[in-house]
Amino acid sequence: MNKLLFAFLALAFCAAPAHALNVFACEPEWGALTQELTGDKVTVDVATTALQDVHQIEAKPSLIAKMRRADLVVCSGAELEIGWLPQLIKQSGNPHVGSGPGYFMAATQITTLEKPTQLDRAAGDVHPEGNPHFQLDPNRVLAIANALDARLIELDAANAATYKARLADFTTRWQAAIKRWEAKAAPLKGKKVIVHHMSWVYLEQWLGIEQVGALEPKPGIPPTSAHLSTLIDIAKSQGVFAILRAAYQDPKPGDWLAERTGVPALTLPFTVGGDDKAKDLFGLFDSTIDKLLGAIK
Amino acid sequence: MRKSLIMLGLLSALAHPAHAADATQQQLDDLGARIKALEANAQQLREQAAAALAAAQAAKDELDKMKATQANAAVAAVSAPEQSTTSPAGANGNAFNPAISVIMNGLYAYHSKDPDSFARAGFPGGSEPIPRGISLGESEVSLAANIDDKFYGQLTLSYADQGDSAHTSIEEAYIDTMTLPAGLTLRAGRFFSDIGYLNSHHAHTDNFVDRPLVYQALLGDQYGDDGVQLHWLAPTDFYLSLGGELFRGQNYPTAGAGHQGVGAKSAFVHAGGDVGDENSWLGGVSVLKFATRNGSDGFSGDETLYVADGTWKWAPQGNTKDGGVTVRSEFMLDHRDGVVDTLSPAAPPPLVDPFSLAAIELAEPWAGTRRGMYIEGIYRINRSWDTGYRFDRLWAAGSGPYASAFDPLRHSVMLTWRNSEFSLLRLQYSHDELNPNQTDNALYLQYQVSLGAHGAHKF
Repeated sequence: MNKLLFAFLALAFCAAPAHALNVFACEPEWGALTQELTGDKVTVDVATTALQDVHQIEAKPSLIAKMRRADLVVCSGAELEIGWLPQLIKQSGNPHVGSGPGYFMAATQITTLEKPTQLDRAAGDVHPEGNPHFQLDPNRVLAIANALDARLIELDAANAATYKARLADFTTRWQAAIKRWEAKAAPLKGKKVIVHHMSWVYLEQWLGIEQVGALEPKPGIPPTSAHLSTLIDIAKSQGVFAILRAAYQDPKPGDWLAERTGVPALTLPFTVGGDDKAKDLFGLFDSTIDKLLGAIK
Repeated sequence: MRKSLIMLGLLSALAHPAHAADATQQQLDDLGARIKALEANAQQLREQAAAALAAAQAAKDELDKMKATQANAAVAAVSAPEQSTTSPAGANGNAFNPAISVIMNGLYAYHSKDPDSFARAGFPGGSEPIPRGISLGESEVSLAANIDDKFYGQLTLSYADQGDSAHTSIEEAYIDTMTLPAGLTLRAGRFFSDIGYLNSHHAHTDNFVDRPLVYQALLGDQYGDDGVQLHWLAPTDFYLSLGGELFRGQNYPTAGAGHQGVGAKSAFVHAGGDVGDENSWLGGVSVLKFATRNGSDGFSGDETLYVADGTWKWAPQGNTKDGGVTVRSEFMLDHRDGVVDTLSPAAPPPLVDPFSLAAIELAEPWAGTRRGMYIEGIYRINRSWDTGYRFDRLWAAGSGPYASAFDPLRHSVMLTWRNSEFSLLRLQYSHDELNPNQTDNALYLQYQVSLGAHGAHKF
């Protein structure tokens, strides 16, 4: 028994943090953004992968252990993680991340789209605080970067100079990239798409793409064959150029519609790690725009 | 300046034309003047160049500023306003209402044998079977919120029919600390013990219509009581949690609130982690000790319950709601040392003639061990469908008043359809061998829904 206790204590003290801050990022895009702003000053734990549906994660033991050591939680918010994040924070017993400076929700730093005027679960899985899939609007990403940097400085003033310098560097590179992307994506303006889930509204708004249908009859409700067949006409008559889905989404419904309409189904990375090119935030946008452009040739 | 210098030179030349030395001096002065003039010229050029440079820099700055404003405007347009306007909800007291969630479920049950006559060999007591026909299962209302900066509170009221009577009860009512250091959490109030896996989980998160036999028989579905709990999460890379509890000792399987109202105590350790992105596991061992007076199964004395639990989940890419397999098993060992009141209604019939002299001694001493386990496997077909099988087994005591040579067992299969995260329909068939002479085949059809706040469930 004493030996066992000793082993526990030894483990407890070995796991001391190697960096100034431990950051728990719910999604890969916020993990990547934190990395851009901090370099080697913090340890980043990313809770999910690009191949996982972040609406549906479970409060796994491994995530509780990661939450236990977090100084800062960086998540999308807007109830995207409501099924698991509150449980993780509660079970971790970590007093620093439940609220206050240690709790950073990207959604509260920006304006969101699609805020429902009426809350009713009959409308599917609606988010009262608006659509939480805003990582594909580079201007919002930059606004979040500004707010996140301020938060990092608040929590770790000793490295403030690094965080400031890295934000300035990131901003320069990001703004140059936005120009490049906007110029490159100009041919997409006014083009029409059908989407799997309402994951693309921010990208569409940024690039002027028009959405004419969704495979899910209501947000979060799996596609049904009856609903899919109503999209065949829309896809054909409206001149839809692509059916968009994220890397984690089931390819079957999109492929089904693609087969019947000849409109290509595109698997976009959606977040960092969603395909081979999306290694960081810049790669994510490069790959997304290249894939979209590839479909209009 | 230049002119006057030349004039000066001419005048001096005219004044001393005859002297050669004077002429040399004149030439020197002339050269000096020219150098000065050239220097002045260069200075002027430098000043002009600097002014031009400064003007260029200013123009560049202005251009940068304009560019930045344009970029910042795009960012500012999507940034949240510094001060959000007061929402209408903030103007009334309802803004601080706790999160309310309601769980309802209903059942249709077919039993080949009358559930009122069920007698599980070796295991009197425990929870009651689901009645025949149409019935409303347990309905519960849960209210939860942060109380202030240090405490979280939750109240769960449940309404259930028990036999012929119906009653509302406080299923859970507890507060948790939120700001203790070092991974510690303290809980006080009424709550379900954290022993084993299923015990702390509410029935609506179960994969089957009813609890495993071992939970029904040894814990009355689940053990909850008035108590306090201290929980510590170790700062390790994998999940490791230790905890201990003290309870009043009033509810089944114990009774009588022994030891001056601290009749039960527990200790547990759980560990868990991931294997790659697709596998997760959780396992633990727990012990629960009771001092029981006049339990509903006729027992008085000391009881120690050991629980070992293990869960393994595999899902493609780790998307557990869209596919994959969950395997879970728990094993319990129940050791008792005390006496059994052989006239208790739940106790087996007395082994001796109640009218003989020996029967005056109504309490029969008993020290013995009973065991039980279940193992279940759930196959998640997709977001909407899952199916599963569960095997239940109990091992009765070999001697004493609960002795039985027969060990009850049960097979269950189920199929569940989920319309959303908030509603499900479940069909279950169970083949239940209660005792050597009684085998029940049951068919259940259940609906279960949740209303209100979105629940965040434990793993």
